Amino acid sequence: MIDVDAESTGLPHHRMGGWTDRGQLEDLAEAVLAGQPRAVAKAISLVESGDDLAAALMEWLLPRAGRGHMIGLTGAPGAGKSSLIAGLAREFRARGRSVGVIAVDPTSPFSGGSVLGDRIRMQDLATDPGVFVRSMASRCRSGGLAAAVDDAAVILRASGKDEVLVETVGVGQGELEVAGAVQTVIVVLTPGMGDEIQSLKAGILEVAHIFVVHKADLPGAELVARSLLTLGDGSDAGWSRPVIQTSLFPVRGIAELADAVDRHGQFLASRRYVAENEIRRSREAILAMAEREMRDRLESTITPESLERLAATVAAGKLDLRHAAQETVRLFFASYDRLRRKARNGVDEDETAEVPRSGIPLRRVAANGNRASAL
Amino acid sequence: MNRSKNIRVLIAKPGLDGHDRGAKVVARALRDAGMDVIYTGIRQTPRMIADTALQEDVDVIGLSSLSGAHMSLFSRVMEELEKRGLDDLLVVAGGIIPDEDREELERIGIRKIFGPGSSTQQMAAYIRESLEAER
Repeated sequence: MIDVDAESTGLPHHRMGGWTDRGQLEDLAEAVLAGQPRAVAKAISLVESGDDLAAALMEWLLPRAGRGHMIGLTGAPGAGKSSLIAGLAREFRARGRSVGVIAVDPTSPFSGGSVLGDRIRMQDLATDPGVFVRSMASRCRSGGLAAAVDDAAVILRASGKDEVLVETVGVGQGELEVAGAVQTVIVVLTPGMGDEIQSLKAGILEVAHIFVVHKADLPGAELVARSLLTLGDGSDAGWSRPVIQTSLFPVRGIAELADAVDRHGQFLASRRYVAENEIRRSREAILAMAEREMRDRLESTITPESLERLAATVAAGKLDLRHAAQETVRLFFASYDRLRRKARNGVDEDETAEVPRSGIPLRRVAANGNRASAL
Repeated sequence: MNRSKNIRVLIAKPGLDGHDRGAKVVARALRDAGMDVIYTGIRQTPRMIADTALQEDVDVIGLSSLSGAHMSLFSRVMEELEKRGLDDLLVVAGGIIPDEDREELERIGIRKIFGPGSSTQQMAAYIRESLEAER
């Protein structure tokens, strides 16, 4: 049950209401740090909305985020990630630790809506005050996560969660974004993959720190586990990747998995690995964030009409995709250049606001518009 | 950034009612209307529903009941919401709910009841319009 008394924070009830001033934002940040679930929920909504105030909130929370262990679970759709997270969360709770869960499910590319069903497997955690579960729609991101996952993980850490479990959408082989978002990556496989593992050597299996063969009560688990052992130790010197067989009916291997997660946490905390790993993770996070930023700017700069025109040309088979994409990039830099010139000459005050703020590399490329497509 | 915010809906089935075809149809229809729908499955307690609504920061809760226990279950859900300061959430209901119960349910704060044969488009439109009116 959630601590009801802690809820009288005066936070706006509907997200529709929005956040208006920084003072309110500081109250929100303080309430997050105090671990109030309502505030945590509102803060995650704020970062999910992509509102400018979210950046201010993150600035406030990041230095106070705490050292909660960030663990990602990834694997094919139906591999059992949600129920495994529920099992792992129960195990961590039994060890006296608090748990945050971020569960990502896919957004429909057609309607923009989603059905987020991961909580079905986590029902018994719903009223535990030491657990906070948040479902998130992928908003059509392709890497297996949602844009707000990094920020939401920081918020959960800031609220004092010891373990933050991130569940990706069901993925194939190439959705590796989770590796940049968490510290420990668990790749969940199931029996019946046997030899196919051989063909999966590149991609998702490479980013694993721990392999799980889930549903190990089914025949073939041993074979999958053995094939995984042949993959070797991955990229981290000094860490040998465990292969753990788990099942929930009957419960098996969950404590062993929690031990392995702890061991990996200790491994990360040891030696100079901390720095190296954090730098690598930050590098991934920076690139992912920059990519998002680029995409947002691209979408707000290119007019829908010109995009529509290009799309029709491609659909009609008159232009190939690569040239259309290059043309789009060219259009972007052309209009960027135009805005920039206007801003310099002070022609149009209104449009100056739209000039992308940062952009030293952009300017360099824009000065030579034809080269833009080489990016 | 231009990430827009979707309406978040919790579709919940309180009590010992094992039939969730209707709830799933509604969940899919609201997804197709562009909303993010959190579906938690059958056999939820009022407390689970309220805690989920709080953590997920939903805008709307849709309660479904076919078992006949809606009067006691829905009012307990409303009590739990109120305890958490969530009493201004838009709560709607659906399922088998006799006409004579409607007035009482409206009194405790269920804003709209969608019985058998309701159109899913109307539900989506009702949700959208109600939230916009409050904004």
